[in-house]
Amino acid sequence: MKRDFTAPLVTLAILIAAWEFAVRFFAIPPQVLPAPSLILQTLAADSALLFGSLLVTLRITFFALLLATAVGVVLAVFFSISRFAERALFPIAVIFQVTPVIAIAPLLLIYMEPANAVLACAALVAFFPILSNTALGLASADRQLRDLFSLYDAGWWKALLYLRLPTALPYFLGGLRIAGGLALIGAIVGEIAAGSGGAGSGLAWRIMEAGHRVNIPRMYAALVLIVLAGVAIFAALSWLQHLALRRWHASAIAPE
Amino acid sequence: MNAGRLKGSTKRKPAKAESAPLAELRDIGKTFESGITALRGVSFSVRRGEFLSILGASGCGKTSLLRIAAGLLASDTGSISWKEGTRPRETGFVFQEPALMPWATVGANVRLPLRLLGSDDRTAALRAREILTQVGLDKFADTYPHELSGGMKMRASLARALIVKPKLLLMDEPFAALDEISRFKLNDELLAFWRELNCTVVFVTHSVFEAAYLSTRTLVMSPRPGRVVEEIRFLPATERFDPQYRTSAAFAARARKLSDALERAQ
Repeated sequence: MKRDFTAPLVTLAILIAAWEFAVRFFAIPPQVLPAPSLILQTLAADSALLFGSLLVTLRITFFALLLATAVGVVLAVFFSISRFAERALFPIAVIFQVTPVIAIAPLLLIYMEPANAVLACAALVAFFPILSNTALGLASADRQLRDLFSLYDAGWWKALLYLRLPTALPYFLGGLRIAGGLALIGAIVGEIAAGSGGAGSGLAWRIMEAGHRVNIPRMYAALVLIVLAGVAIFAALSWLQHLALRRWHASAIAPE
Repeated sequence: MNAGRLKGSTKRKPAKAESAPLAELRDIGKTFESGITALRGVSFSVRRGEFLSILGASGCGKTSLLRIAAGLLASDTGSISWKEGTRPRETGFVFQEPALMPWATVGANVRLPLRLLGSDDRTAALRAREILTQVGLDKFADTYPHELSGGMKMRASLARALIVKPKLLLMDEPFAALDEISRFKLNDELLAFWRELNCTVVFVTHSVFEAAYLSTRTLVMSPRPGRVVEEIRFLPATERFDPQYRTSAAFAARARKLSDALERAQ
C-alpha cells in the first residue's frame, strides 16, 4: 500500500496558513477565533492536562472497540449458526443502531456508573458495523468450498475455523475501521452527556469545561487532539487491515 | 496403432469387460425452490474403474446430478445405492471454478482434504509435495492462488482432489474455462492419473470433444428437465494415450457419434 500524502498535506497547510493570516490581518480576538499558532501554544502550555485527558478518551475508545468487537463477532457467529437467532435479534440490533446515542446516554447514566455508561455509549455505536459486516462475511463463503467441506464431512467447527472466519476477515476489518471512528464519537458523546456528573477528565469534558470559562483557545486545542486521535485510530486500523490482507486480498494486491 | 480398437460401440451391445457397479442411481428427480425442475427420472449406474462422461447442454442439471451423486444435494425422488454402503471416503471433487481458498497458499489449499479427514500434518505435507510435483506445481507450494494463471489454478484444484488418492473422482466441467492448449494438456494428464490411480471418474462436460477424448462411456442428457436419453459406450482404448489420437479418424468418428446423439437429445 503506497500512498502519496502530498496533495492533502499541502491543502491542509494552505488552509492553516490562510486561517493564521486571516486572524492576524483582521485582528480577530482569540475569544472569537484563535490563530493556529495560539492553539499550538495552548496545546504546549496545557499539555499535561490535555494529554492526560487524551489518554482517558483513548482508553475508553479502545476498550469500547474491544467490547464491540467481542460482542459483534460472537453475535455474528451465532447468527451464522441459527437463522432464527438472526431473524429474531438483528432487528433489535438495528433499533440500537438507528437510535441516536445521545438520546440513550442519559438513561445509561441513570442505570450505570458514569465511567461504565460512557464506555457503553461508545461500544453501542461501534458494535453495529462489526456485527453486520462480520455476519455478511460469514455468510459469504464460496459455495464450492462449502461443498468441499461437506464432502469431507468437516463439522460445523472446522468449517467455521477454516472457511467462514477467513472469508469474513476482510468484511470484519472493514467494519472495524468504521467502528474505530464511531467508538471515538461514542466516547465523546458519552462524556458530554455525563458532563460534570461524570469522572470528568476526558477530552470532551475539557472542551465543555473550557467553554464554561470562555477559554476558546483551549477548546480548540482539545478539539485538535480529538481530530488527531480520530485520524490516528483510522490509520492504525487501516494498517492492521493492510497487514492482515496484504498477501492475498484483492483490496491489497497491487495491479500487475 | 490398431485403429479398429478405437471404434465406439453403441448402446445395447454388451461391452466386453463389464466391470462391477460402484453405484446405482435410480429415478433421480430434483425440483428447486424456484420451481425449476432440473432433473426428472434419471437412472444410471457407475461402474468401477470407468471414465464416465455426462454430456449435455448448459442448464440441463448436470451439476445438480453430480452434487446429488456426491451426497452434497438431496434429491426429491429416487435413490443412490453404493456397493459398499457409502460413497468412498476417498472421493475427489473438482469444481467448475478452481475454488481455492484465496487466503491460503497453494500448499495449504492442496493439503485441505487431508486436514479435514484428520490425517497428521507430516503425512499431509509429504503427500502434498508429491502431488504438487505430479501436477507440475512443486515450485508454487508457497504461492498464493492470485499469483497463478487460470491453468495453474486448475492444476492446484486437481491436486487437491487427487491428494486423497481418490477411488472416485467427480469433476464438474473442470476445464471449461481454460484455453484450448491448457485443456488438451490437462486432459492428457487427467487420463494418466486415471490410469495410474485406477479410479472411477464421473466427468460432467458440455464438450463433445472432451467426452469423446476422455471417456469409456458417455451419458447424453436432454435439456431441462434433464434426463439420460442415450448411452454411448466406447471400448477402453489404450491408444488414447497416443499423442496422435486427437487427430485420428477414430477420434473424429467418436466425436461425430456424440454430436449426433446430443443433437437428437435437443
